[in-house]
Amino acid sequence: MSVTITPRAAQRVQQFIAKRGKCAGLRLAVRTSGCSGMAYTLEFADTTQPEDLVFESNGVNVLIDKKSLVYLQGTELDFVREGLNEGFKFNNPNAKNHCGCGESFTV
Amino acid sequence: MALLHIAEPGMSTAPHQHRRAVGIDLGTTNSLVASVQSGTSAIITDATDHALLPSVVRYRVDGQIDVGQAALAHAHIDPANTIVSVKRFMGRGINDFQPSQRLPYRLVDAPGMVAIETCLGRKTPVEMSAEILKTLRRRAEAALGGELAGAVITVPAYFDDAQRQATRDAARLAGLHVLRLLNEPTAAAIAYGLDNSSAGIYAVYDLGGGTFDMSILRMQRGIFEVLSTSGDAALGGDDFDRRIGEWLIERAGINDLSPQNLRVLLSLARRIKETLSTQEAMRITLPFAGVSAAEFVLTQAQLWALTQDLVSKTLAPVHRALRDAELSIDDIDGVILVGGATRMPHVQRAVAEYFKQAPLTNLDPDQVVALGAAMQANKLAGNHHADDWLLLDVIPLSLGIETMGGLVEKIIPRNSTLPVARAQEFTTYKDGQTAMSMHVVQGERELVSHCRSLARFELRGIPPMAAGAAHIRVTFQVDADGLLSVAAREQSSGIESAVTVKPAYGLSDDDIARMLTDSQTHAGDDMVARALREQQVEAQRLLEATQAALDSDGDALLSKVERSEIATTMSLLKEDMHGADAQKLHQSLDALNRLTTEFAARRMNRGIQRALSGRHIAELGI
Repeated sequence: MSVTITPRAAQRVQQFIAKRGKCAGLRLAVRTSGCSGMAYTLEFADTTQPEDLVFESNGVNVLIDKKSLVYLQGTELDFVREGLNEGFKFNNPNAKNHCGCGESFTV
Repeated sequence: MALLHIAEPGMSTAPHQHRRAVGIDLGTTNSLVASVQSGTSAIITDATDHALLPSVVRYRVDGQIDVGQAALAHAHIDPANTIVSVKRFMGRGINDFQPSQRLPYRLVDAPGMVAIETCLGRKTPVEMSAEILKTLRRRAEAALGGELAGAVITVPAYFDDAQRQATRDAARLAGLHVLRLLNEPTAAAIAYGLDNSSAGIYAVYDLGGGTFDMSILRMQRGIFEVLSTSGDAALGGDDFDRRIGEWLIERAGINDLSPQNLRVLLSLARRIKETLSTQEAMRITLPFAGVSAAEFVLTQAQLWALTQDLVSKTLAPVHRALRDAELSIDDIDGVILVGGATRMPHVQRAVAEYFKQAPLTNLDPDQVVALGAAMQANKLAGNHHADDWLLLDVIPLSLGIETMGGLVEKIIPRNSTLPVARAQEFTTYKDGQTAMSMHVVQGERELVSHCRSLARFELRGIPPMAAGAAHIRVTFQVDADGLLSVAAREQSSGIESAVTVKPAYGLSDDDIARMLTDSQTHAGDDMVARALREQQVEAQRLLEATQAALDSDGDALLSKVERSEIATTMSLLKEDMHGADAQKLHQSLDALNRLTTEFAARRMNRGIQRALSGRHIAELGI
């Protein structure tokens, strides 16, 4: 019962954080928008907020606010390469449907 | 499933609103594309992990078009249809290329810009550049997973308006939305400036494949400003290759080389150059049969001795750029190296010795321009975080307008920072003049015939007034992309006419470096020429005015003697007007002026008398 980051994704995140300099961690969140209702956001975090829960996974500090956590329980963040395109991917067991492009989902 | 990237705090985009923006370095030898992802600017490589796309386009008989490595591989088999270094043709006319340059292409004189006859018909440099841009666009779209919102494309600082417009046209043809054209040194400074967040004055030494470009930049409180630019449009890494090639020809006793073998030789030379940048010596085997010696060893020291004069040649523009910026070497806080040729240790050493400091080399000199362009694109697409920076570029040559006598009135002096707007008032030359022809020119010389013509337009409908009474305000405006718009407005009536310079491609073009040198060497002649033209214009005006006065009042107000005296002086002035002696012309001009003063006074009195005669004093309201 938490959110995890795969070793491959963690390594990438650490690289990006190292290049960026100061960083409190990686913020995962869910917000209501997009064609299927919910969308993921993935941001650098400069500060921790009071409502944040902080996890550590493979050496990366993960910040999630309580509201988002409901939708993200058990999610695994991976870094994948699809053809020339590479980037982060949410493997979320709560998501029931994705919109065609996969940028938003419903629970 | 879409793949995500890490955004700056609060900058996450809504789904389907990712603004994918790229930076493109459209180079003479190689082109690159980069983009910012997860806060880091990175080069986008192709499916085989190559970062550099050779700027080579090949038109095939079967109708296919190859770009990059595939085209380059056939450069020596099919030289006439394989175009390398397309950038040198951008915005150029056929007269810019001497037959002595021995290009393997069939150049044809197309309206506006030179074109090349290929097996697929006539192709312009704009179309060829578009093929390169299309390839980069497809690469970026595959890597970023969707259509691009826009691109920042870099151009050399010395590119004139025609060449910039040609670059924009190529991008449009390739289906790219141009967010901005960015000067290459500025892009390099962005790549370094943001990574190192340093303030100060920087020199950017860019020795590319075919061109050398030197710029002085100031970075201050996050603002980049280009203080000056200079360079040599015909000096680059290719010249080092050629020098090595010549050495090989001499050593191997080769008499005659086919174009194919010449390409083989030059690509071998390039490999030698690259290898000797990191190794002390290299064993070379020539791939030709029937040469007197096919194997020898070249050392780093030998290569340096062979090409030292090319390195020294770059230092004159360096000096010029410093002088234009009114700076000395001690003012330079850092030196940025750009371009693959700056990997050569003796180039780095020469730069270090000149500036008395080690140059910055921590970014890949081949990639630094594209990386900076990508950062700029990311910001312009609206993906950037709060600590904004602004860009200031300069115009490379003065912009001005033609005045009477073929003289140039400079409105915006060269090295003005962009964007810039300047206005100046002009007036009519003749009584009742209702139209004015505007001729926009670019260059440093005093006479229009020595400058570059950019555009012509007319201001019509000026209300008839006495000569010199109209106020015509001419406004020059150069936007952040270096594109020029000129407007003329007659102040009393408000009539207006404007032109946005669709610059005339490659019109009687000279290269900027030469135009600048010319303006220095001809400074003296130009001053004399200007003085003479000014006198000639004044003489013409006086002759016309005197003739008109004689026609209307000559019989009534002048005695026969006076009249013939004036006629003689007039014909003397006419003679001197066509001569080249400004001093003599000035004297005759003065003579006619003095001689006609009395006549003018009589005319004035008579005019007043006429106005007053037969009228009651009360009517005059005195």
